[in-house]
Amino acid sequence: MAKFEISRRKFLTASSLGLSGIALSGCDVFDSGLGIGGGLRSFLENANGLTWRAQRLLAGRDALAPEFTEADIRQPQRPNGVTAPDDDTYKGLLVNNFADWRLEVTGLVEKPLSLTREQLQNMPSRTQITRHDCVEGWSCIAKWTGTPLSLVLDQAVVKPQARYVMFHCLDTIEQSLSGDIKYYGTIDLIDARHPQTILAYGLNGKPLPVENGAPLRVRVERQLGYKMPKYLSKIELVDSFANVGGGRGGYWEDNGYDWYGGI
Amino acid sequence: MDSAATSQSAAGANAKDATLIYRQSRWTRLTHWLWAISLFFMLLSGLQIFNARPQLYIGKQSGFGFNNTILEIGAENTNNGPRGFTAIFGHRFDTTGVLGWSGPPGQETPRAFPSWATIPSYYDLGTARVVHFFFAWILTTTLLVWLIAGLVNGHIRRDLAPRLDDLKRLPRDVIDHAKLKFHHTREYNTLQKMAYGGVLFVLLPLMIITGLAMSPSMDSVLPWLNEVLGGRQTARSIHFTVMVLLVLFFIVHILMILAAGPINELRSIITGWYRTDPPAKHAEPTERSA
Repeated sequence: MAKFEISRRKFLTASSLGLSGIALSGCDVFDSGLGIGGGLRSFLENANGLTWRAQRLLAGRDALAPEFTEADIRQPQRPNGVTAPDDDTYKGLLVNNFADWRLEVTGLVEKPLSLTREQLQNMPSRTQITRHDCVEGWSCIAKWTGTPLSLVLDQAVVKPQARYVMFHCLDTIEQSLSGDIKYYGTIDLIDARHPQTILAYGLNGKPLPVENGAPLRVRVERQLGYKMPKYLSKIELVDSFANVGGGRGGYWEDNGYDWYGGI
Repeated sequence: MDSAATSQSAAGANAKDATLIYRQSRWTRLTHWLWAISLFFMLLSGLQIFNARPQLYIGKQSGFGFNNTILEIGAENTNNGPRGFTAIFGHRFDTTGVLGWSGPPGQETPRAFPSWATIPSYYDLGTARVVHFFFAWILTTTLLVWLIAGLVNGHIRRDLAPRLDDLKRLPRDVIDHAKLKFHHTREYNTLQKMAYGGVLFVLLPLMIITGLAMSPSMDSVLPWLNEVLGGRQTARSIHFTVMVLLVLFFIVHILMILAAGPINELRSIITGWYRTDPPAKHAEPTERSA
């Protein structure tokens, strides 16, 4: 009888001790080893590669992100990151309403291109009402109009050894000791050729505003917002991340985000 | 080890009429600890992820031009200096020191969940996501392994499946638990079945489903998922709510183990061996005999 029974007082004492033990055990013990390049971190990061392969297997090349209706556009597209580039080059282009702006297509292509905004807008376009999911956790639905990236890639004729599309941007995201860092990022060729991947110049039926990436930004609808660079100036076809910033495939990736942003 | 040895010898006098039985299979024990580890890391990295956007919404998107916020944790400047607050369905609570505004005295910072409750302890969304998704794979795989093993070795049918008898026993079981009076048997009691079954067949699957619903890529594979759940932001709010329920389960789980005899309970989930009540106890007339 006595053996398994425990007095109420003992019970309360033991449980409060247990709970305070949990509360006191801070979590900074895990901080070391989780920095970029750390052994533990690198091991855990393997999961992102697994997620990438698993989702590619499930979603295939062409599964479409859900599209919404006009009724779902209930607010302006929330801008994030850089919303007003302070770069002289950018401000110079903005004064002219981007008449002097060009989109360069270079790297591992047969025919490098230099396209004006009019040339892009004269190509077939796609309009889609999609949900923008930020890595922070919020979502916002808006209507995007632009040129399918696949059409631009076809025009430039991608060389077989190309594996990723790298986006070069006009906005300075960080001022470091070695100079200004302009935003950059990469996606694989499957997402680059996805039917909903567009180079957007229109938002909610109007020209793309500066805060959302004028004159041109990418939409990669099966990934998170940080994979969709704004203020584009150049598209470069590459075969590895070796010459992409710090080597992890993008600005935010070099700062600890996973390269694959489909989750 | 010392305390275990002491209490075992102290209990030795009564132990001779109790029975040691093999209660938990290796699959139950292995999966239990894999869940314990992954849920620990997923909780603390999840709170860090939440800190990046410490608001919950209902619907397909987050309201910036309209209001669909159901929960917000934040900091604000008041006449008494910065304060932390938590607002649930419009009801505001001052949570300074824990939620919204916390840190060592003099070094407080605005952050939804405090440093001691997040991995990493400092603000780092990217790292928290790395940790969270690694353990998401472990948790999901473990649940799958447990499901297969539990179906094959009969654990689910024998120990978890509810029976008519469980329903009849429920009132008695609630009273016994309230009195902290525990029966140590081979079988789980009704409340245990409900708690374990609820976690394994409802909460964890719901956690995985709402987690997948938040992935934009999975949304292209299973577009109906967010429609069923009420939209991506509702899925995120459910994900958070299930986290709260799992934490409540954990607290009750630990309290029950402490109350029912932590050494015996721990032994059974580590070695599988469990000391049951002496057979005579079941024959007591006060035991249910209706």
